[in-house]
Amino acid sequence: MTNTKEVKKDKSMILQKEMIAKQFQDLATAKEQGKKVVYTFVPGNLSELIHAFDMIPVYPEINALQSGMRKKSGAFIKDSEKIGYSEDICTYVKCDVGMMMNGNIGPYGEKIPAPDLLLLSYTGCFTFMKWFENLERIYPGVPVAMLHTPYQEDGKITPEMVTYMVKQLKEDVIPKMEKVSGKKFDETKLKEVLKHARQTQELINQIFQMPKYTPSPIDAYFAGVYYIGPINTGFRGTPEAVEYYTLLLEEINERAKLGLGPVTPEGGMTEEKYRLVVEGPPNWTSFREFWKLFYDMGAVVVASSYTKVGGVYDLGFRHNPDKPLESLAEYCMSCYTNYNLPQRIDLLKKCITEYKADGFLVHSIKSCNSFSAGQLAMMRKIEEDLQIPVGFIESDLVDPRYFSYSNIKNRLESFFQMLEQRKTIMNQN
Amino acid sequence: MNYYLGIDLGSTTSKAVIVDENDQVVGRGITNTRANYEVAAELAKQQAIYNTRFYLLKEKQGKVLLQKKEYQTFFKDLENVFQYLQFEDRFVKLKEEMAKVASQLKHVDSAKIKDILNKILTEIDTELKVKYLKENLGNKNQFFRDIVSERYNEKLEQSDKAYFEPLMNIFDKSINPIENEIVNYDFQNLVHESIDLLEKYYHNLLHADVDEISSDFRSELELLAGNYKNIKEDFRSHIENVAKENIVIANMVGTGYGRALLPFPAECIRSEILCHAYGAHALFPKTRTVLDIGGQDTKAIQVDQYGMVTSFHMNDRCAAGCGRYLGYIANEFGLSLNELGPMTMEAKKETNICSTCTVFAGAEVRELLNVGEQKEDILAGLHKAIVSRAFSLIARSGGVKNEFTFTGGVARNQAIVKYVTELVRNSYGNDITINIHTDSIFMGSLGGALFARRNINVNLDTKKMKSAEKA
Repeated sequence: MTNTKEVKKDKSMILQKEMIAKQFQDLATAKEQGKKVVYTFVPGNLSELIHAFDMIPVYPEINALQSGMRKKSGAFIKDSEKIGYSEDICTYVKCDVGMMMNGNIGPYGEKIPAPDLLLLSYTGCFTFMKWFENLERIYPGVPVAMLHTPYQEDGKITPEMVTYMVKQLKEDVIPKMEKVSGKKFDETKLKEVLKHARQTQELINQIFQMPKYTPSPIDAYFAGVYYIGPINTGFRGTPEAVEYYTLLLEEINERAKLGLGPVTPEGGMTEEKYRLVVEGPPNWTSFREFWKLFYDMGAVVVASSYTKVGGVYDLGFRHNPDKPLESLAEYCMSCYTNYNLPQRIDLLKKCITEYKADGFLVHSIKSCNSFSAGQLAMMRKIEEDLQIPVGFIESDLVDPRYFSYSNIKNRLESFFQMLEQRKTIMNQN
Repeated sequence: MNYYLGIDLGSTTSKAVIVDENDQVVGRGITNTRANYEVAAELAKQQAIYNTRFYLLKEKQGKVLLQKKEYQTFFKDLENVFQYLQFEDRFVKLKEEMAKVASQLKHVDSAKIKDILNKILTEIDTELKVKYLKENLGNKNQFFRDIVSERYNEKLEQSDKAYFEPLMNIFDKSINPIENEIVNYDFQNLVHESIDLLEKYYHNLLHADVDEISSDFRSELELLAGNYKNIKEDFRSHIENVAKENIVIANMVGTGYGRALLPFPAECIRSEILCHAYGAHALFPKTRTVLDIGGQDTKAIQVDQYGMVTSFHMNDRCAAGCGRYLGYIANEFGLSLNELGPMTMEAKKETNICSTCTVFAGAEVRELLNVGEQKEDILAGLHKAIVSRAFSLIARSGGVKNEFTFTGGVARNQAIVKYVTELVRNSYGNDITINIHTDSIFMGSLGGALFARRNINVNLDTKKMKSAEKA
């Protein structure tokens, strides 16, 4: 991009960058410091429990998306295809495998240590299970802890479901973590971590409510993925996260007070023409171009389901230090992709109504079944119930071959013009 | 009166529609899309403006005169001659270009090749004159390149095969620069030339042998006999008025596959999704679902009572369900696109086609012909396959709602229409009203023109409008 404009970075952006850089440094020196490393996934993650054992979490899908943003994923994916991974397999997996084939050098250039434990705490995505089966082969002898998370088939979490999960935590997950870390489970410490987590959740929930203002001071999708960065990459439950989100909220409050729109890579957005709710993860390999298509046309995302994959806080869930294991269980079961389709529809409808969205857009991911299944049905239902224009685009997470700029631009242009036309005609009638 | 222009730059054809202040369609123009979009847009526009003048002559100026049969014949003939003169002008240039290319040819038999070339071109010239003047070729939406190349290929087939290659090369090298040249005709001059030619034509006909003239033409001719000079005189002032009429394009909107490359200001560019929907809504206001099958994309569009798009789906990675597929199939069978539909209607059954890919379908077709399947039945299978693919897009976009309007160039193929109707009936019931307009290929440009009329606060580059005024 030929952007010669000097864009002033907010304090929170600098702070986040420092936090993440330090995290990767810590990882690189983990073995020397005698720290154990746990590989786990973002949805339904047990970061608090990992912290309570003083271990360091690694999230393979975050590494994959970071590699995607740094234009490294294409080569990694090709390498994994060379050893037999098919074209249709989740590109996060292939990117991750390719990275390991190339010395496991992380997106920031630091070596990522081998796992001491593979902790699978969310089973809603079948690929996660297969992913760790593969990692088990790459790292022979690595212990695996698996927590089965029941799907919210009936749209609710029953006491039996919680009991079932707590039992697994007590009988399988915690003993394995004790063994790997060489430390006894310390409930008081977990409670302390959960207190920070709770504060963080409270703050991020307030941040994602800021689109109640017009213009919205934030973009809840493109900037939103940066906002969820720390909370989704192991900082939830730490005092650093509380500090970061407090600062971020202050900055956003300031923007709202001044009536400013969101910050984009090319500076503050001046005109808010369309407000959208977006379903589905973004594309990472062309993230900037993708985002630019939106802000160039004056579109702001006021809520997105993707920013809820690491936890849905809109409906009141917070970790509860008084019931530590129960709340870990409830947290795992209440991540976005563990919602059944009617629950997802209700949540999206609530966002559309509350944040006064003009349109609903689905960005479907070619290689992600767990996110893409049901999206069309959801879109239909939302269109019917709210009589709101809907749009559908498709690309991929980190496979650059599946981001067709002109196709996406064409569809987005049509979609935005649909919204424009609607506004014009609605004003006439 | 102000006029509004919509241009739809598709992957195969470029269309232009002009509407007046009352949303009445007054002019249409169509040409094949070339590598040079600007030329395609300009030519389509030029045609639409000429067409507008003829409209004004027919519907306004000459309306009273045109109640009489002999005046109608004169008018029709005038339009044909007008088209022919434009064709002839380009054809003369093509002949010159081909002669030039032929003279540079390094071939032992170059003199022989030149002879054959001259003979072929003279034959084509004579044949096409008849086609234009007697068979209304100018109004059949065929394009210069196709018209000439179809006949040129035929002639090459019949002549000495030894010279096939160099003769083909001469044509290929010459056609592009000629096709891509924009010639701005002055309407008034051209229409006068047309009248002169028409006069000669009538004169010759009257003095021709009776046997040379078909009987139905004879009766028309009798109406004109001895009278055409009066008819011409009656039209004269009207023609002058129409020629002088300043066709002010007050606003324009460009759409279609190549819209971003149109020489239009950004605010005059509209998505083809909205334009097709709006065009369909204008002609059939109760439309709720639009299916548009174009050259390389298929769109399923849902619209509301205002013609506003509520959702849409387009083919993303594969163009197997589009018009280009038909073009490819026509090539495979050595047919022209226009022949596909009628031949398919002769089918006794639909041969099952498995391939979801255009290229593989070609191989499958050859295999099916080998095992003795009938050409017509295979074609039927292929047509059905395209339509089924379009219907899966419709299903994704929310199904067919009443009324259903089918648009796009492919809607001119009667076999496609047959299967679309069949699938609507089978999947969505008999109560769905199906609309297919004769102008379905112009739907996107019509939508564009209507948008142009509704958003008039645009500053147009005056330079770009000059050629329009002249045309």
